Amino acid sequence: MTGQLNWFKGGIALGLTFLLAVLLVKPIGVSTQFVILDGMIWNTFAKELIKEDSTAKSGYSSSNAYLNKSGGKYAKNIKKPANYSLIFVLSMILGGLLSRVLAGPKPSTQDKVAPAAWRQRFGDSGGKRYAFAFIGGVLALLGARLAGGCTSGHMMSGMMQTAVSGYLFALGTFTAAIPMAILLYGRDGEV
Amino acid sequence: MEIFLAILLGTLFGFVLHRVGASNPENIINMLRFKDLHLMKAILFAIGLASSLLFIGMTVGFINPSHLDIKASYWGVLVGGLLLGTGWAIAGYCPGTGLVALGDGRKDALPFLVGGLVGAFLYMVLYGRLKGTFLLAEIAGGKSTLAMTPSNHPALITGLPGLAVALVVGVLFIAIAFALPSKK
Repeated sequence: MTGQLNWFKGGIALGLTFLLAVLLVKPIGVSTQFVILDGMIWNTFAKELIKEDSTAKSGYSSSNAYLNKSGGKYAKNIKKPANYSLIFVLSMILGGLLSRVLAGPKPSTQDKVAPAAWRQRFGDSGGKRYAFAFIGGVLALLGARLAGGCTSGHMMSGMMQTAVSGYLFALGTFTAAIPMAILLYGRDGEV
Repeated sequence: MEIFLAILLGTLFGFVLHRVGASNPENIINMLRFKDLHLMKAILFAIGLASSLLFIGMTVGFINPSHLDIKASYWGVLVGGLLLGTGWAIAGYCPGTGLVALGDGRKDALPFLVGGLVGAFLYMVLYGRLKGTFLLAEIAGGKSTLAMTPSNHPALITGLPGLAVALVVGVLFIAIAFALPSKK
């Protein structure tokens, strides 16, 4: 697609971005912030979800076991969301927008509804694509939270540090993703 | 300062993911069905390059090893990877690229992200029951690495300097990136 970097330049840009993040702050990660956003929404409905707790390491505790783990680290970030990790993740949306505006690749009106591979196989209807994108999102984040990270945190940042968990995660991801993509979309664009 | 860095690095990361084509689900699908491997080449090259420079940087004292963040290994990492891989193949988005795609104006990114919030919520609710099962029990030394690092993480390969191990792995990633065909 016009405006897209070739693999060599793209790989250098991507590699240096991951390196810059660990040099200046810490390795890049994304999926934890879905939990923080969930917690912020949940907390507006259930005021008892998170409490100040001087015995907890973070100063906060939660009635939810997941938010309460590691000394209430997530509970604290839900109460005080203006921190590095959440702002980083939200800024990624801005980055995508800026790249498109500044001579980057631009999706067509049709591409914005569904990628061509989907349209060839399942037609142009948006409803079906949105339903499957939703299901894909449920599986992706359920999986990422069970694994403790996603493509950014485990696969890229993890393997960059030679973390064993990064290789384990990549093995799981591609073992499922390759047959699933071929099953859904065909091997070579022909159905 | 921290917030400034968050905006700077987050925007840069989103920009680069978009520019390399990772937020376009067509590229992800075509990579996974071996039709167009340019993204695979870029990812492997990026990991190899970043890893080599990271270990060189730590060896010469340019990068602070306390910035490392090694995640633990447990069976749930593999199972979670299988689940994420399935969702990735269906949608063509992973958590990060779904966000970038929203900035790109892609409408199908929104249901993906809402689904993501639901998936993360499911895990929050299920966690209490999974805790204590084999799924979350640590394996392979927990927060372990292949190469020895200046931090206190257990390394699987201890007979060689961490820099040497990381460079061998890094160069291997880069070599595969060059060897893979770009288009079928």
